[in-house]
Amino acid sequence: MALPNSLNTDVLVIGGGMAGAWAALGAVRAGARVTLVDKGYCGTSGVTATAGPGHWWVPPAEREQAVRQRATNSGGLAEAPWMRRIIETTWEHLPTLARHYRFPVDANGRTIFRALRGPEYMKALRAMLNEAGVTVLDHHPALELLRDDQGRVAGAAGLRRVDQQPWRIGAGAVVLASGGCAFLSKLLGADNNTGDGLLMAAELGAELSGMEFSNFYTVAPACSSMTRAMSYVFARYFDAQGRELDIPAGPGTMPALALALERGPVSCSLDRMPQDLREALPTISPNVMLPFTRHGIDPFRDRFEIVLRGEGTVRGIGGLRVADEACQTTVPGLFVAGDAASRERVAGAVSGGGSINSAWALSSGLWAGAGAARHAKDHGAPRGPLEAAGELTLRSGRATRAAPDDATLTRIVRELQTPMLHPMQILFRHQQALTQASELLEGHWQELQQRAPAEGALRLKARQTAAMVASARWITLAAQTRRESRGMHLRSDLPHTDPAQTHRLSVGGLHKLWIRPHAVVQPVRAAA
Amino acid sequence: MIALLLEERCTHCQRCVQICPALVFDARADAPPLLARPDDCQTCFACELYCQADALYVDPSVFERVKVNADTVRASGLLGVYRRDSGWDEWADDPRYANQHWRMEEVFARGRELARDGAGGAVGTVGAVGATQAKA
Repeated sequence: MALPNSLNTDVLVIGGGMAGAWAALGAVRAGARVTLVDKGYCGTSGVTATAGPGHWWVPPAEREQAVRQRATNSGGLAEAPWMRRIIETTWEHLPTLARHYRFPVDANGRTIFRALRGPEYMKALRAMLNEAGVTVLDHHPALELLRDDQGRVAGAAGLRRVDQQPWRIGAGAVVLASGGCAFLSKLLGADNNTGDGLLMAAELGAELSGMEFSNFYTVAPACSSMTRAMSYVFARYFDAQGRELDIPAGPGTMPALALALERGPVSCSLDRMPQDLREALPTISPNVMLPFTRHGIDPFRDRFEIVLRGEGTVRGIGGLRVADEACQTTVPGLFVAGDAASRERVAGAVSGGGSINSAWALSSGLWAGAGAARHAKDHGAPRGPLEAAGELTLRSGRATRAAPDDATLTRIVRELQTPMLHPMQILFRHQQALTQASELLEGHWQELQQRAPAEGALRLKARQTAAMVASARWITLAAQTRRESRGMHLRSDLPHTDPAQTHRLSVGGLHKLWIRPHAVVQPVRAAA
Repeated sequence: MIALLLEERCTHCQRCVQICPALVFDARADAPPLLARPDDCQTCFACELYCQADALYVDPSVFERVKVNADTVRASGLLGVYRRDSGWDEWADDPRYANQHWRMEEVFARGRELARDGAGGAVGTVGAVGATQAKA
């Protein structure tokens, strides 16, 4: 079929954040022609571009200890060999950015590679992609995957936002680097992270894993999206009467803040931040002070109201199950990188935070890109007519109602945000609320199923909504099935860890969901 | 959300149209871009960083478009501050705005030390930091 906007490539990368950019580089280095599509702009899209990713950066002599320490703090679900792999790959490849990123030098003349500033990091990666000859298509969201007459992944189709025209790209292999799903929580930089890749992959039969581990929160000044955690290490919190709250440091912080917020407004003061850091803050993290200065707040003197912004699977764990060392999903030819993938292999049941997730995004990107390039070379270009695999909101065999309008989509998102983002529901999970959430989400799924395909400018919003409903259903089923508390997953009705549940939960399905335990194969004890 | 596009400063380069991850602007030939979909703005401030003319101003309110007075903003000294503090473009070699992002771990370490010692405790010096502890 000759569409005006169709092209062919060896490897198609969906998503132009940190993982997608590294994936494109990995595929080029393995000899492939590469096209990368991004919903926004490769350089500002995604959660790296507004943050400051510090990588898991460990010198060789300290690696075994770092891996052992993290392995004991992973709820038994991480794998030491995978941790070693991401440390090694990060150590080897992060310095290759030096042509386009000005790494600072410490007092001893040593270059500091570990921590990068997000906007500059993504700008450098974009420059690397240009040098490597990657075709980058900005504002080209993918809506669905294509399969060939053998049922293999064969590319993707989407629309060009500037004129709403469709595009279609045939590819020998696809890397999904579409990020996590933050349910439009207003987590900084996460509006494009709506789980689209998870839905597209599931439509080809891909499995997910670790979806119950989706419980990360970050403090932000109320009304703002500034979820930069750093300054809050100095925070003191107060209730509406001005009494200081007893908020413990460490993993207890968010549950304590959630309970306090349930009772009423909570305000914060950063008055404990030392003077020298206050002065340096704008050149450490230039965006942190923007909400304060623009709203006339002195956060070191004034008390300002705060909220918690949920991260869904972003600094959660869950995503597409990584089935082999090249980060192939359970669908041949479909690879996954970064937050779209389950990070259980490197982080287990406990958030990989910024550093492990960054090392994972870089490493899984390079591996997935190289793996996709090999797959495309071995299997050649897709043959025969290509079929678009998307269902919900794109084509529907059993539509009985009109296409969804803007208000309907907005309502569905607002309703699912309660079980997916409300801190009391996520940090204090229990069976009754999970059952209610499950019923609500089934209703959303059925409603979208009954609707005719979305039209015009609403196609993207409808597809994002479907992806969020799908992600929420997998999360809820996994949270119901894991009848214990482990790592991030906290059940107020089942507060203990059950040794018999030291396994992962694979989940999948669209109209009918399924879930099953998946054993973690640990190497001989000596290494772990 | 994006609050202002100051047309008298705009050089019509259309860079903001290209780099906005939410496609808030539409390009126009020989004219400032059109602020076509302001409600789609995700308040990431990227447009300010990429605007070498400092013609854009984002209000931190994320859920509603706040009306701001253009003259007040012009006089506030806030235009271009994010780009300057980030050491971009003409600020790239100014030592006052050198990228100190690598100090983030020190910040975390000192915060934790303070929390351990109690609110009245002295602020310590930089300690060794475990590699896994840095956060974005």
